[in-house]
Amino acid sequence: MSRVVHKFTRRVPEWQPRVTPVKLDEATPEQLDALKVTPSNTKVSAYVLTLAHDVESLAVRSPLFNAIMYDEGGMSRAERELGAIAASMVNRCIYCAAVHADRHAKLEGSTDVTDKLFADGANADLSARDAAIFAFARKLSEAPPSAGADDVTALREAGLEDAEILDLILSTSLFGWANRLMHVLGDPVRREGSA
Amino acid sequence: MSVFETSTLRAAGVHAAGAVGEAVETRANIFEMTQAAEDAVLRPKDAGGVPHALRAALASRIAAQAGETALAKQYADAAGDAVALSDPAQDGGAEHRDLVAFVDKAATATKDIAAEDIARLQASGVADADIVRLCELVAFVAYQVRVAAGLRLMQGAQS
Repeated sequence: MSRVVHKFTRRVPEWQPRVTPVKLDEATPEQLDALKVTPSNTKVSAYVLTLAHDVESLAVRSPLFNAIMYDEGGMSRAERELGAIAASMVNRCIYCAAVHADRHAKLEGSTDVTDKLFADGANADLSARDAAIFAFARKLSEAPPSAGADDVTALREAGLEDAEILDLILSTSLFGWANRLMHVLGDPVRREGSA
Repeated sequence: MSVFETSTLRAAGVHAAGAVGEAVETRANIFEMTQAAEDAVLRPKDAGGVPHALRAALASRIAAQAGETALAKQYADAAGDAVALSDPAQDGGAEHRDLVAFVDKAATATKDIAAEDIARLQASGVADADIVRLCELVAFVAYQVRVAAGLRLMQGAQS
């Protein structure tokens, strides 16, 4: 038995699909080809097998995801993760928030920022730069997006350059996409008995 | 196609000249892949049970809900006989009511989506593969409207 996780956590849960994933041994050649694009090609996750139902989208989204989160230059990786976390908190994607809070903590060598975000959300007591980044990303993630000129001014005043602001827009928006797959198509679960 | 002719940059009004255009050039690969994603999500070779016109109508609806009028118009122009659904005030009628309700909730109240919402679609006869297709459509447009909105803000705040 497993239970659904409802609270934000850095301890990454399992992801349980609400639809039946593609079965690997029944996958079409096109699906098998797209499945290889993902970072882990030895063991294909239930999530990727679920997305394989729409193989054309999966094939283009994986490289786009990697470019937005990992391409060199522009915003630091940890700050891109902050955009991902803000979107995932607005959309309450517990799974995405866990994965990217864990990455942020590892990149920073500290759980301080994500501890504060999970405890206090929009009111978290962050550095001026992190606060400006999180506020912009949170507002851009709302529906409809509510970020305004003042939020961009705050980013510039906190020292962000155009290339960094562009990367923040991209990573935040990307999680507007990822959250609407992960949070909508499945549940974050913990096996009963696992600590 | 120049990267500045992609739907997202046209909708945001970003041109090659200027600081935002310069920043965009350094991420040209991302905007090219964003256009490829639009092509895959809106106009796939295998549309399954979600035809191109219906996809365009729903994309237009989501763009309109987000206040992205240029993208809303671009998609409405491709919506053919499904164009009525591009109006967010339309509930989809007998044929599309469940589908439209799901799309609206996934696009604008994402955090409130629960297992029942997927179960309701399945009960109304939507195949699992088409549920994934619908989610990719909603999710991609949610991404695209935010990139466009963010870029427009960046341009407005240019020093």
